[in-house]
Amino acid sequence: MDFNLTEDRQMLADTLGRFLGEKYPVEHRIKVAYDAPFQDPALWDQLVELGALYALAPEDAGGMGGSGFDISVVFEALGKSLCPEPVLGAMMASRIFAAAGADQETLLTGATKYAVGITEIDAPYELDQISTVATAKGDGFALSGRKSTVYGGQVADVVLVAAKHGGGLGVFAVNARDADVTGYGMMDGGGAAEVLLDDTPATLVLADASAALEDAVNAGIVALCAEAVGAMDVTHATTVDYLKQRKQFGIPIGKFQVLQHRAVDMLTEIEQARSITIKAAAELGGADASRYASMAKNMIGRAARLVGEESIQMHGGIAMTWEYAVSHYAKRLIMLDAQLGDTDYHLSQVMKGYAT
Amino acid sequence: MDLSYSKEDLAFRDEVRAFLAEHLPEEVSSAVRSGGELTKAMMEEWHAILNTRGWLATIWPKEFGGPGWSPVQKHIFEEECCRAYAPRIVPFGLNMLGPVLIKFGSKKQQDHYLPRILDGTDWWCQGYSEPGAGSDLASLKTKAERDGEEWVINGQKTWTTLGQHADWIFCLCRTDHDVKQQAGISFILVDMATPGIEVRPIKLIEGGHEVNEVFFTDVRVPIGNLVGEENKGWTIAKFLLTHERTGIAGVGFSMQALEEVKSIARSTMRGARPLIEDPLFAARIAQAEIDLEAMKITNLRMLFKAQEQGAPGPETSLLKIKGTVINQELKDLARRALGPAATPFPGHVSEGNLMFGPADTEHNAARYFNNRKTSIFGGSNEIQRNIVTKTMLEL
Ligand SMILES: Cc1cc2nc3c(=O)[nH]c(=O)nc-3n(C[C@H](O)[C@H](O)[C@H](O)COP(=O)(O)OP(=O)(O)OC[C@H]3O[C@@H](n4cnc5c(N)ncnc54)[C@H](O)[C@@H]3O)c2cc1C
Repeated sequence: MDFNLTEDRQMLADTLGRFLGEKYPVEHRIKVAYDAPFQDPALWDQLVELGALYALAPEDAGGMGGSGFDISVVFEALGKSLCPEPVLGAMMASRIFAAAGADQETLLTGATKYAVGITEIDAPYELDQISTVATAKGDGFALSGRKSTVYGGQVADVVLVAAKHGGGLGVFAVNARDADVTGYGMMDGGGAAEVLLDDTPATLVLADASAALEDAVNAGIVALCAEAVGAMDVTHATTVDYLKQRKQFGIPIGKFQVLQHRAVDMLTEIEQARSITIKAAAELGGADASRYASMAKNMIGRAARLVGEESIQMHGGIAMTWEYAVSHYAKRLIMLDAQLGDTDYHLSQVMKGYAT
Repeated sequence: MDLSYSKEDLAFRDEVRAFLAEHLPEEVSSAVRSGGELTKAMMEEWHAILNTRGWLATIWPKEFGGPGWSPVQKHIFEEECCRAYAPRIVPFGLNMLGPVLIKFGSKKQQDHYLPRILDGTDWWCQGYSEPGAGSDLASLKTKAERDGEEWVINGQKTWTTLGQHADWIFCLCRTDHDVKQQAGISFILVDMATPGIEVRPIKLIEGGHEVNEVFFTDVRVPIGNLVGEENKGWTIAKFLLTHERTGIAGVGFSMQALEEVKSIARSTMRGARPLIEDPLFAARIAQAEIDLEAMKITNLRMLFKAQEQGAPGPETSLLKIKGTVINQELKDLARRALGPAATPFPGHVSEGNLMFGPADTEHNAARYFNNRKTSIFGGSNEIQRNIVTKTMLEL
């Protein structure tokens, strides 16, 4: 057993960490994350040049990684800096292309930006409730329906859309300019889009795509969990630092035992969250991947809420301000619960196996 | 024991209900319902409507313009206002400074300021907290020095809620450096138009502007703006903190929040059925409802006790702690119930059929984040626990 990162992954973590630390100081992040297009196009290009996307795809798909641990290394670094770049959509799209055995050169070079449209208003988390439909049209397809909160959809060139097809689910590529796309900024920074499809032309990427979609979602969950772990580490460190600096009643507030114990409880939950994320990353691609992804997302949901809320409370008023970084970390930590299945949804997924 | 309202109370409730139905403007209540920031004009309009009916200064004695209600009536009034989505009363003039002037102010001060609070001439804000003095309020540094017939004020206040609208600010200032901290503080009224005052906005976590920093540089105010005695300001500050706090548990607001959670959970779908039919989520709502039902009674019990004793005791700290926890839990549930539909930044997706999630939920996540303040301000929940530890448990 070995819980250390391989040399390559450690190097990747260091490189990304340095890059993001330099290019995304929190002032810059706050600015780009809340102003259209809710990311920084120049920094996206540099991030891609550093190999962030190649790390997310396996070698036979033209990448240099693609395992659960490659994904978690990249997203933990992104989480530390609250990076608003649309990497999640690219990674999930990459997995679908890999499953389809399709070429993904333009994805990996960053030349084409991809987003993945799974979520719908009445199907926020569950694949089997998707109602967008594909119908054959000419030698291609046409899609009708609405994809909601498509993360990164505000800048995507192509959206991979999950739609009903042939009694199951298929994945279709839609050119953003062919669809009615409304981009917007999110509560926690970064952007998403509503994608309205009305007999919109599309090309089939993968038929019978349920398994591939499930794998993409599981990989997305590993990514979000790792992102949360990165963000929680920074939030906790900032909070502990503040407890040492801030004085009230003539002493650092970190001397008050009630705050000490709560800082310890936060740390415990973060370590637990890190562990379950490692487990989910290790299982990604295997037979039990979904079960462990669900466990991880549930625990992350609980831990991230605790860390988000407690870090604000233990700071007092200062962390209620836009100017202070912790407020943005807390927003990200809490809002990511609504991505790819929330705490309760994944709890019920874990419970599903019990009765049989 | 009898938990029912008396006949008179019920008649009063109907009277309040009828008044609200007739006089609360539709655009004001829908602004409250949607959870966005209210404009100054809306708040002033609502104050004026209540003032015309004599129901604005609900906690002032009758002789100063209050309605002379019992604690139960005040409670009923607050509850009905919440049910109808009336705006909260801006508390600084009406619920804070008013009672202070009535108890500690001179006749001249009362005659001058109180009517102006009632008719909306003066908008007040509260200048207590400073960058270095939050929970430890007594360590405040803003100083006021006598110079002939004037106080000269230098320093900084912060977190000044709605200070951007204010005509006046009541400040705690240090007037004696050589004594125990609490013994060198005075309560002084300052006209915000005085030269040397600068107000800078603070943007909050959800992007709203409701608090400010207020800087004082050689601000000169008349000696007569001192309330009570020099260096006795701490007594006033404490009076204010423990004074009449019928609303501190926020029961009415939590009842609103509970209704909101249920309505969202009825109209959002999860797994092909309304979320409210999901046993996991329904259990969370039920737990919060049970807590709230108990809190209603706890609140009333403590109200009655306060009525018997003449003043609220340290139990109000329990109301504040549990009341904010329940309210924050409900706001959390509302956000979760919306799920991804809570994602857009308010104002980004609000038009026509693109608006998603049930109606009036655009500010849902923003309210959740903004509401984290309730366990921080007015004495944080940690400080409230310290108070109970000392006063009730004597530990
Ligand atoms: C939105 C908002 C509006 C506000 N409006 C106003 C206003 O209009 N006027 C005004 O004067 N003030 C206002 N305040 C200020 C508010 O009263 C202070 O934020 C509050 O007193 C806490 O002070 P602080 O923020 O400096 O936190 P700190 O006092 O620095 O506290 C930081 C943390 O340490 C904890 N802590 C401190 N001392 C102890 C202790 N002895 N034991 C255990 N834990 C402790 C606190 O509970 C908190 O968790 C407002 C604040 C906010 C956020």
